[in-house]
Formats: sequence, C-alpha cells, structure tokens
Amino acid sequence: MDKLTKQQQTRYLFARACFGATSAELEEATRKPLRKVVRQLFGDSKTVSELSVVKPEENETKKQLKGQFRDGQLDKDMLKERIRDNAEKVRDLNLQWLDQMATSKAALREKMALFWHGHFACRAQGRNPLFMQQYANTIRQNALGKLGDLLMAVSKEPAMLQFLNNQQNRRNAPNENFAREVMELFTLGRGNYSEHDIKEAARAFTGWQFTPEGQFVFRERIHDEGDKTIFGKTGAFKGEDIIAMLLENKQTARFITSKIYRFFVNETEDKKQVDALAEQFYKSGYDISDLMETIFLADWFYDAKNVGAHIKSPVELLVGLRHTLGVQFDQPQPQIFVQRTLGQLLFYPPNVAGWPGGKNWIDSSSLLFRMQLPNYILKATEVTVQPKEDGDVNTQLLARKGNAKFRTTVNWADFENAFTKSSDTELIDSIATVLLPFPLRPDQRTLLESQTKSGQTRPERIQTLTAALMSLPEYQLT
Amino acid sequence: MNRRNFIKQSAFTTAGTMLIPHFLKAYESQMLGKGPASNGKILVVVQLSGGNDGLNTVVPYRNDIYYRERPTIAIKPEKVLQLNDEIGLHPAMGPLKALYDEGLLTVINNVGYPNPDRSHFRSMDIWQTASDSDKYVNTGWVGRYLDASCAGKAQQPFRTIEVDDTLSLAMKGSSLNGLAVVDPKKLYNQTRSGFVTGLGKEKAADKGMHEPESVAYLYKTLAETVSSADYVYDKVSRTSRAVSGAPSSTLLTTYPNHELGNRLKTVSQLIQSGVETSVYYVSISGFDTHINQPGQQERLLGQYAEAVGAFMTDLKTAGRQNDVLLMTFSEFGRRVKQNASNGTDHGTANNVFLIGGGLPSRRVLNEAPNLAKLTDGDLTYSVDFRQIYATLLHDYLGADDVAILGRKFDGIKFV
Repeated sequence: MDKLTKQQQTRYLFARACFGATSAELEEATRKPLRKVVRQLFGDSKTVSELSVVKPEENETKKQLKGQFRDGQLDKDMLKERIRDNAEKVRDLNLQWLDQMATSKAALREKMALFWHGHFACRAQGRNPLFMQQYANTIRQNALGKLGDLLMAVSKEPAMLQFLNNQQNRRNAPNENFAREVMELFTLGRGNYSEHDIKEAARAFTGWQFTPEGQFVFRERIHDEGDKTIFGKTGAFKGEDIIAMLLENKQTARFITSKIYRFFVNETEDKKQVDALAEQFYKSGYDISDLMETIFLADWFYDAKNVGAHIKSPVELLVGLRHTLGVQFDQPQPQIFVQRTLGQLLFYPPNVAGWPGGKNWIDSSSLLFRMQLPNYILKATEVTVQPKEDGDVNTQLLARKGNAKFRTTVNWADFENAFTKSSDTELIDSIATVLLPFPLRPDQRTLLESQTKSGQTRPERIQTLTAALMSLPEYQLT
Repeated sequence: MNRRNFIKQSAFTTAGTMLIPHFLKAYESQMLGKGPASNGKILVVVQLSGGNDGLNTVVPYRNDIYYRERPTIAIKPEKVLQLNDEIGLHPAMGPLKALYDEGLLTVINNVGYPNPDRSHFRSMDIWQTASDSDKYVNTGWVGRYLDASCAGKAQQPFRTIEVDDTLSLAMKGSSLNGLAVVDPKKLYNQTRSGFVTGLGKEKAADKGMHEPESVAYLYKTLAETVSSADYVYDKVSRTSRAVSGAPSSTLLTTYPNHELGNRLKTVSQLIQSGVETSVYYVSISGFDTHINQPGQQERLLGQYAEAVGAFMTDLKTAGRQNDVLLMTFSEFGRRVKQNASNGTDHGTANNVFLIGGGLPSRRVLNEAPNLAKLTDGDLTYSVDFRQIYATLLHDYLGADDVAILGRKFDGIKFV
C-alpha cells in the first residue's frame, strides 16, 4: 500500500489518540508538522476537570441508608427512593464522563482514561456513586502520569477494594481476590507468579480498607504483621511493598505496554516494537506520557497495516460521532441505551478483566445496530431494539423501553464549513477523508451517490452523504 | 415497523437492482448444499435471569428446616404439586406438573460449580462461558459448539439462534457467532435495505484488493447476517404459505401472550419450518427477588410453566417432542434463609430442568438439597453444570464435548 498522505496521518492520529477530529480540527492540524500536532494533544490534556455528581459529605451508602431505615429515620418509600437516587447518580456520572470525552479539549487524557478503565476494570457495586466518582477521577487524573502513582492510587480506591473484596481480607481469614487480580490483570499477567506469591501477597494487603466516607484506611489490627516470602524475598511486607516489587519487575512494563499497543496500535502485536517500547517505559520510571508520545511519533505507527485495523468500541463509536458533528442529546438517557445495547456501559465492565474488545464487539445484531446508529442519532429514526436486562433488580432503571426516537441537535454548520472549497464531484471524497480510514472504492462511491436525490441543496447533500458514510462498515474502524 | 416504513425512514432507499444481490444468492445455495452433519436433535436453552429461587420452585415440602428458615415465604405443603414424597413444584407450575406426569420432565437438583460467585453478571458469565470461576473466557459454550460444528465448512450463524434483539455471550464463538432473531420478518427487512444488500454485493465484486483483516471480518459478518436472515425468513414464509396461506399457521397451539410465550412460539415456528438450527437460546428476567418475593415469583414461574406447556403441546401435535430438548437454568439459587423484606438474597446451587427430547420417563434425577449440610448458609452443589453441558453436547447433540468445554467432564446418564 502507498504511504499515507499527511491528511490521512493526521486523521488517524486523532482517531487513535483521541475520539476523532472535527473537519475544522483536521484542516488546521493538517497544515502543521505532525510532531507539533502530537505535542499540542499533550498540551491540551495538561489539565483535568473533575467529574462531580455527589459531594463526599452528601454521600450515603446503601448500608447507611438501611441503617436509617431500621432506626426509623426513613420509611420504606423514602429508602427506596434514596437507593434509586444513588443508582441514578452512577448513571449521571457515566453521562458526565461521556460529555467530557466528546467535548473536552483534553481528549487524549480521556481516551487514555478509557483505556485504564478497561485495564483497572471496576464495576459499580452497591450503587455507591461517590466511590465510582473517586475511582473515575483517579484514573483520569493519573492517566498520563507515572504508572506507579496510578497503580497505587487505583489500588487504594474504595471502589476497587470493595470490588475485589479486600475488606474481607483479614489476618485470620485471608481473601486472595485482590492480590490475585493485582498480579494477573493489573501488572504481571497470568503465568508470571506462583500461587504461593498470591497467598503471601494477600497477607501483605490485609488491613487495606476503606471507610463509608470513601477514605482509604490502613487498619493495623487486622493486618498480618508476620514475615512473608514473595518472589523469593522475605520480610514483614505491607501492601505498598508489594506494589513496589511489582513495578520493579520488568514483566509489568512488558504486560502493560503490550496491552497499550493492542489498544492504540494493532490487536496483533509486533514483538520487536513492543519489546523496545517496554524497555523504554521501564527505564523512564513508567512515564505514561513519554510512552504514548513515542508511539504517536514512531514511523511504524503510521504504517498502512495499522490503519483501519482497530474496531471502535461502542463508547468510541458514540463519542466519536458526537465529537465530529457536535451532537447534543436533548435527553441524555439514549446514550445509556446505546452503551447497553452494544455491550459497553461505563462503570459496568463485564468482569474484572474488562471489555475483551476487537472482534468481540461485532456480531450480526451489533453490526446492524451500529450501521443504523447514525440514522437514530441524525435522523431520529425509530428504534425498535431492546437491550437485555442483566438480571440485577437494582440496575433495572438503566433499562429503557423500546420504540422511541433519539432527539438531538447537530452542529451541521461547522461541519459543512470545511467543505466550501470542494466541488460537487469532489464532495463525497472530501467528507470520506474526514470520516473513514480508507479512500472510497469506485463501487462504494456509486452506491453512496445513489442515496442522494437530485434537487437537494448542498447542506442537504452533505447531510445525506455524511449519514450514509457513517453507516458504512468502514466507519466502525479507525 | 413494516418494510415500507423502514425503507421510507432509512437513508438508504435505492434503486431496485440493488435489492437482488447475486452473490448472496450464490452464498446461500452454497450454504444450503453443504450443511454440517447434524443428528436432527434440537436443544432449547431457557435462561431465568436474576437468580431464581430454586427452593421455592422445587419445594422440599417435608423438610422442617425449610419451613423454619422461611417463616413467611415458604410454600405450604398442601399447595405443593408433589413430584415424590420429598419434593414438589410451586403451585403456579401446573403445566410443568402435567409434563412431569406425562413423563417429559427431568429435575436435576444441587447444580452449581466450585467457588461460586454471587454476583449476577459474573455468575452468568461463568454459566455462559462454562469457565472456572477464577478464569475469564470471551467465548460462550454454544458459540464454541457453533465453531466446532461449522469447522472447515460453510459458515452458518443460523445453526444457533437466540430469540432476542442482542446476542448473549453464550452464543459467541471464536470464529463464528450465533444469530439474534426476535422476528424473522423484522430481521429480514433490516437486511433488505438497498444499502445493506448493495454493500454485500459490491464487496463481493471486489477481488484481490489488499485490506486489513478487520474490513474482511465486518463484511463477512454482514454477508452472513444478510444470507442467514434471508434463509430463515424464506423457510418460515414458505412453510406458512404451504400450510394454509396465512402466516404462523404451522402452529396448532395457542401460546400465552407474554414475552416468553411469544419467544417460544417463534422457536416452534422456526423448528417446524425446517430451519436447520440445533440450538435455540431464550431468556426471561425478573428473578432477582430481594423484596416481596412471593407474588413476583409466582407470576414469573406461572408464565414460565404456561409457555413451556404450550411449547411442548405444540411440538407433540407436530410429532417433534422427541427431537426437542428444553433445558432451563438460572445463574444461581438463593439463600436458604429468607431476608427481612419477604425476599431472598443471592445464593449458590440450584435446580435445572430438562424437558422432552425423548429422555427416559418422569424422574427426579438425584437427591434433594440437604438443608442440614450447608456451605456458609448456602446449598452445597453436587453436580457441576458443565457435566450437564457435556452430556447435552456429547450424548444428545453428538458433538465433541471435550473440545468445546476445554476438558473432560463426567457425563450424567440422563439421555
């Protein structure tokens, strides 16, 4: 395949490092050297705005609410309503984060945080919005910093300690879940530690607990102070010591780099490239920004074989569509519906291993729904699909009844602006270069042109072509 | 939405020529010619989502511990539909009792797995992937059955059908996924837009061009979906016309008008139209009964029994009762002790029902739950659910259970 044009390179960079580009962003960036564009992406991600749906002092856990019910402070209906409020706040948190992804300048940070959400997968438990809010902000704040800081912070998050049962990990009754997942899924990967290491590490993590207010606490009384032997070293280790040992192990750099490569570059990993990146990542003291910059500036990143190789996750698809066309939902709820139907609901990963990704996103029904999605969002076409309920009575309010339409506002004016210079015959290819990873084939062009009607105004024509281009299977790829 | 509305609303109204995809016709006839060998047996899986309370479904009506631990929600002995002198069915399950009396129902008690997980999504994952509880697997057991039965042959997603809008993990294989169909006509209409078929057509004409595997995968999935939708709809509409000219007239039984009733009706329709599908998957939810369990569970079990009763009657009339085996499970049972809200919380082992399929007559396969010997207040499992899968795959469907489940599980003699 030929080398990519400058515009293709830029489009691809925005698609992978962010959630795609608007036509204006693309036009502006294409005029600059790639190095400068990359630097600007990092610059734009310097700051982070906190997600906020609940103040710490307002939060009441389900347990506390049930206590108040027993004490007679709440009646049954009030209890039900408060528990429901909590679940709704987790939903609001989801939507707030989605808005940040779609509209914030710090798109690289949000994309990286989405990656970490799948890596340090954690699921909303007990409908506690405060814990999920803290967890989300922790991965967003540390998304581009040092892995050591991120790993330590996320491991001490109440949401994570709760999800991985460390509250039940006590001196006389160890629970190994937390220690196992920290090694298997967060740092080393399966096969790079022994069962003995897990048993001993679990002892080191005893006492890592949290308060109902969402504070990490180390409870000495339930910590096992005895000597532990882990990775051949013996000492009275605590949790922090285990995290340090895991970072010392180069396998952690290899494991994480490989996962980043598969998410940002190609599902099929190039061993030589990953080895070199892992080496550098380790030497840099696990500097995430440094690693990502190296990837985005590497020549091989722009190899034709990587372009279009990534299947968008449902969140990438939805956020990307919103970003490119400046879409606002009149009512945000349908965005939960889309996530549920396509199998990626923020704060509800399927398990601690996160979303499997890649081809797993696509089957007959999800592909048809994805191809129809632009019509739902841009043309308010009737939606007749219903997602499955997940069995949990507490998440039912995330469900939505079928047979409705999405109402949205689309910023067509800005999108159309970029095409004022394109002639009528060039128009379709100009839009395609903004939206798709590959140029259109002649037969595709014919099929798409057949969607337009004679007598359409230019804006109408652009809108018809855009919706049709976004419905192509190729739009599922970056 | 009917076809005309769909096309009107869709952006993809297009010239009539696009509506006849030649390559898809070729693809389809190729598929129909070389189907994988099948022994003609059909498995229907019914999933009760939310963790059905098995103790109030198959009731140990002579057990004092049961009545002691459930003072307000236990089913009274005189109401129970007795299966033997230890256990009986919930009173709302009359049609199921009738199936038992006909010799069509097998009950397996104490089904579970080692180190049970009490979260819905995780436990459902484990049942759907057939993995150990500490491993994460991205393919489902029915999906892997599909992989195995289509290996080296034409790709036929419709060999396993889920009657739903979206596909469960159970139905996802590593190279093939099952097909999700709620209504064959609706799916057919969705794939008949000129745009979708046009894409399939132009892609087929495009030869030898370099493209990433991801593009090929999307177009392959699309082509399989279009041709499967076409095949299924064609079969269904042809049979309904042949019988009397009116749609759905293959069905000789009246089905209850609720979701499960409608979905089992669709399954029957597909079976009777001769669609070559070996496994159907259907689910019904609402079993997460933490509060006020009695009324809710009664309603759901009533719907279940009614729908299954109608389904089996329908198959009997059509002479297909012995070819179709219906299995019902839930991701976990519930705690033995009721909670303070007239409900039950998440537990572990549960019962599994097998209905029809030409199984030996009328039985309760193993011992009733031992309420005196609990594990952390929960029932102790004695049958690994994967033993049931292994038996269904090997003895019933004639498939390679070890390849599909990843290892050998001891079969149970129920086939």
